[in-house]
Amino acid sequence: MEGFRYLDGVASLRFSEAACTGCGMCEQVCPHRVFAVARGKARILDKDLCMECGSCATNCPAGAISVRPGVGCATAIMKGWLSGSEEKT
Amino acid sequence: MRALFRKVVGNPPMPDQDPCSSGPVRERGERPGGNASFCCGDSKPSRVETPFHDRFVDGMVDTPAGPVPRARVTIGARDVLGRWSMRWGMGRNRYRVAPGLYAVGDPDQLSGILVTANYKMTFDALRRELTGLNVWILVLDTRGVNVWCAAGKGTFGTEEVVRRVKAAMLEEVVSHRRLILPQLGGPGVSAHQVTKGCGFQVVYGPVHARDIKAFLAAGMRATPRMRQVLFPLRERLALAPVELVGLFKPAGWLSLVLFLLAGIGPGFFSIGAAWHRGLAAAEVLAGGILGGAVLTPVLLPWLPGRAFSAKGALAGGILAVCSAALYRDALGAFHALALLLALPVISSFVAMNFTGATPFTSPSGVEKEMRQALPVQAALTALAGIFWVGGAFLR
Repeated sequence: MEGFRYLDGVASLRFSEAACTGCGMCEQVCPHRVFAVARGKARILDKDLCMECGSCATNCPAGAISVRPGVGCATAIMKGWLSGSEEKT
Repeated sequence: MRALFRKVVGNPPMPDQDPCSSGPVRERGERPGGNASFCCGDSKPSRVETPFHDRFVDGMVDTPAGPVPRARVTIGARDVLGRWSMRWGMGRNRYRVAPGLYAVGDPDQLSGILVTANYKMTFDALRRELTGLNVWILVLDTRGVNVWCAAGKGTFGTEEVVRRVKAAMLEEVVSHRRLILPQLGGPGVSAHQVTKGCGFQVVYGPVHARDIKAFLAAGMRATPRMRQVLFPLRERLALAPVELVGLFKPAGWLSLVLFLLAGIGPGFFSIGAAWHRGLAAAEVLAGGILGGAVLTPVLLPWLPGRAFSAKGALAGGILAVCSAALYRDALGAFHALALLLALPVISSFVAMNFTGATPFTSPSGVEKEMRQALPVQAALTALAGIFWVGGAFLR
């Protein structure tokens, strides 16, 4: 079985084409093939496949990518709610 | 402090291969916003000495920076047993390898450096794939947590890579300036910051250790296939035992409450009813857990919908209908309704918690799903409870 998908239209992934230098790091580190680089620029192929691990943003030397990273884990989010913490990782 | 590798029996006295990391690893700041305590594993730094050394170290290799222990590439019965213990959630926080540099085969100044985590299951998964290779392994102190989870917490992170590179004096051990990191270390490691911090370049290798050989043979190039994370049945099943074990304790407490509630009836409280009705309720709870933690992961690609709560409810629904049909003579209408509501709801909730074990759910998505599903689950639980307790009065 290939290609699980989770909910559409929720990923916090943002990409600035203007800032992109086309180095290709995002394409390398993304575990879900969200990015592809062609003609010196990266491009988002399928944003809904993003699981917000944050690898692309951490490894983008141009700072062209932002994402609110974290672990998509219900238990962690519930504990976060209970402890009154707004931050999720 | 000098006790590093003292446990290695039958080998010459082994000096500290890594003077900077002798003794406990210094306290380090968690990544801001990190929720290390919310996820798997504790956060105590790893000791430099671990009880597993004598099992996988088979000698020392001399380097300009001093002797380095050589790790075997064979996996023994003990390693297999250890892996199974981990799969069942036994002693996970203690299953660690001492951080630092290791040799595989006969590496020299030109040999590649593979960076990994100090969870022993991770270390084993890597070394078993290195037969016939001469490479270095740099083990980070991820506090006994696997690469991806540790990267999410930041313990498999830029700072730790830089610190370990310096502590192992890699500049003297090798003549090149390249580290091969597992791709899933990416969330915690900023490749360009590592270069800035210690002069070593980061090359991201494949997701799975089993692709390392092909990756190296292709001149450190990963195919798109090697870079993609899938979630095959084998991996989904491997997670089921540890999920079940994790649910055992909360389920036990909940069962206790159910047994107490079960005694409530027309005669105020009945021990007999507490036993019989309590047992039935505990069975429903067990069925729900089975639906959410086993059936849902197994049937994941075939259960319709995207939300795990929906998939879990459906898996639980199948079990509920089967149980209701099986016990149709023993169940009154109220009890049947309670069963048909409770089992799918429990399964739905448990399945929703399985999101944390999957490699494709985003926190934004899980939060959205939970905001929608939790109120429904709570309402249906209350309704099931009313039918169940009410059923005792209306028999």
